[in-house]
Amino acid sequence: MAQVQLQGIVKAYGALQVVHAIDLDIADGEFVVLVGPSGCGKSTTLRMIAGLEDISGGMLRIGDRVVNDLPPRDRNISMVFQNYALYPHMTVRENLGFSLKIAKRAEAEIAKAVTEAAEILSLTPLLERKPGQLSGGQRQRVAMGRAIVRHPDVFLFDEPLSNLDAKLRTQMRVEIKKLHQRLGTTIVYVTHDQVEAMTLADRIVIMRDGRIEQIGTPLEVFETPVNTFVATFIGSPPMNLLEGRITDGTVELADGTRLPIPPGHGAAEGRAVTFGVRADNIMPVGHALPPTAHMADVEMEVQLSEPLGTETLLFAMLAGTEVQAKMLNPRPVRLGERLRFQISLDKCHLFDAETGAALRV
Amino acid sequence: MASNAEHRLRKRLLRIAHLTGLFLAMSLICLPGLWIVLNSFRPTVEIMAKPPVWIPNSLNLDHYRAMFGGVGEGGVPVLTYFRNSLIISVTSTLVALLVGMAGGYAFARYRFKGKAALFVGLMATRAVPGVALSLPLFIIMARAGIIDTHFGLILTYVALNVPFTVWLIDGFFRQVPRELAEAAEIDGCTRWQAFWKVEFPVARAGIASAGIFAFLTSWNEYALASQLTRSVNSKTMPVGLLDFTSQFTLNWGGMCALAVLMIIPALVLTFLVQKHLIAGLTFGGVKG
Repeated sequence: MAQVQLQGIVKAYGALQVVHAIDLDIADGEFVVLVGPSGCGKSTTLRMIAGLEDISGGMLRIGDRVVNDLPPRDRNISMVFQNYALYPHMTVRENLGFSLKIAKRAEAEIAKAVTEAAEILSLTPLLERKPGQLSGGQRQRVAMGRAIVRHPDVFLFDEPLSNLDAKLRTQMRVEIKKLHQRLGTTIVYVTHDQVEAMTLADRIVIMRDGRIEQIGTPLEVFETPVNTFVATFIGSPPMNLLEGRITDGTVELADGTRLPIPPGHGAAEGRAVTFGVRADNIMPVGHALPPTAHMADVEMEVQLSEPLGTETLLFAMLAGTEVQAKMLNPRPVRLGERLRFQISLDKCHLFDAETGAALRV
Repeated sequence: MASNAEHRLRKRLLRIAHLTGLFLAMSLICLPGLWIVLNSFRPTVEIMAKPPVWIPNSLNLDHYRAMFGGVGEGGVPVLTYFRNSLIISVTSTLVALLVGMAGGYAFARYRFKGKAALFVGLMATRAVPGVALSLPLFIIMARAGIIDTHFGLILTYVALNVPFTVWLIDGFFRQVPRELAEAAEIDGCTRWQAFWKVEFPVARAGIASAGIFAFLTSWNEYALASQLTRSVNSKTMPVGLLDFTSQFTLNWGGMCALAVLMIIPALVLTFLVQKHLIAGLTFGGVKG
């Protein structure tokens, strides 16, 4: 059990800097997910915490020790790799017990720890098999078992679910969450999948180009994104962004449509802005949630519909931009049908068109 | 229906043609070996007979008896040659494997300046025919005073084998995912332990096959050994075959008998590690 503290952590390959002075405090027992598009530096950051990459600058603390220059074995961490990295020449039992054997623990103690971990992850019937004889999901569980056997201070997960099929991924996601609830160990988890990030994390760290864009609980980053990048990265489908300009205290879109400024936001007259609305907050009249305090409505022509069962996703054009909207209690929609949509302004956002930063007041 | 039967017939004919072709090819490969084994067991008259006698009339161990017999009766110091061969081949193979593992690992895992050039350089040495080296080698060894010593030949064979073992083992280590060693390091291993406990066992099959190739190269090498050895001090078995030639005669039977003795250890070794060898070669074969 330990907190992890990153202070101005930098990674550079020669002149090329890939992680720019990151600050991050992870509390003891917290589940933190680093998320971002590929190449954003999230894996590199995780590997620096693990000790697999040299740290070019800054200070890394695990517990109350500075560990910048400690080798991985002295950091008391364990890691689950994307490709599992199970030792192919050892049985599942040997894989699980490897770290304890290296630490020269007593046979009986190793056996007990392995049995315990195998039970937690229902691996007991597979103990004598080699990794080559296991399915993807089973390998994943062995990798996790190998991590928990040694009761580390911190668990590191590097995109552990990306090699699994969709159904198994959902299942393992639940298992990881349960494991965290059961063990209460600090977890740093890297993924590019925002759904994984939202469902697992106590706090999400959204990264782009080696910088942290926003840190917050899943709801915080969903409800109050600091910029358009976070707004479109978190949430599915991504937030609709409409370009406009502040005119007479409203947002005027390219085709002259005027939308009120969302409550809690503000911008000077004439400023170029981006109006953000999620599909959940723009719905056809009669197929929408009960209205909130501030509403607006627009008329749009439906170009495509994706029935999902309980709801239908509608693709419509507004001021030259494709907008995705949700239809509750769906009915069949004809292509080209014009519908009135109501917008819950309380859930909408306003961003600076140039910098993408949220314009909250 | 008719076309079905036709296809079945064609399949069967094709299969027969395949087997016949394979049999012919295998015969071509095996016949010389078989001829050597056969000749070692029959009298010289029959060996030299024209037209050749395919089915031997009598088989005996005369050539073997003579070979192990006294000097006057066509004997040669077989055991000494065998010992020389063994010492030289085993030692040079072990050294070549150690160097090959270190070099192959470095090529597979680390980035360093001049890596590509060094690799091409190593490979280029393989393009030089061994015989072309014999005179310069002879002169250098003579100056250094290591002609007719085990050490001289071991040195030569190590130099001959190292580029090959480096290249082969590099390929095998490339197949071992980097994450394995990283996982081992996180599990508490030092860099050294991670290599010996995880990466080495995983690449073992490949390393064994590299070892076999190195051993066979040293065991069978003749051209250089015939220059660099002079006496029973260091003569290896291939060079020992020359003992059966004299000014006017060739003792074919004796030569074949010694050749058989030479083949046996190589054969046994190959069989012992056959499983590894095949696993190793196919393992390396999928290298992308």
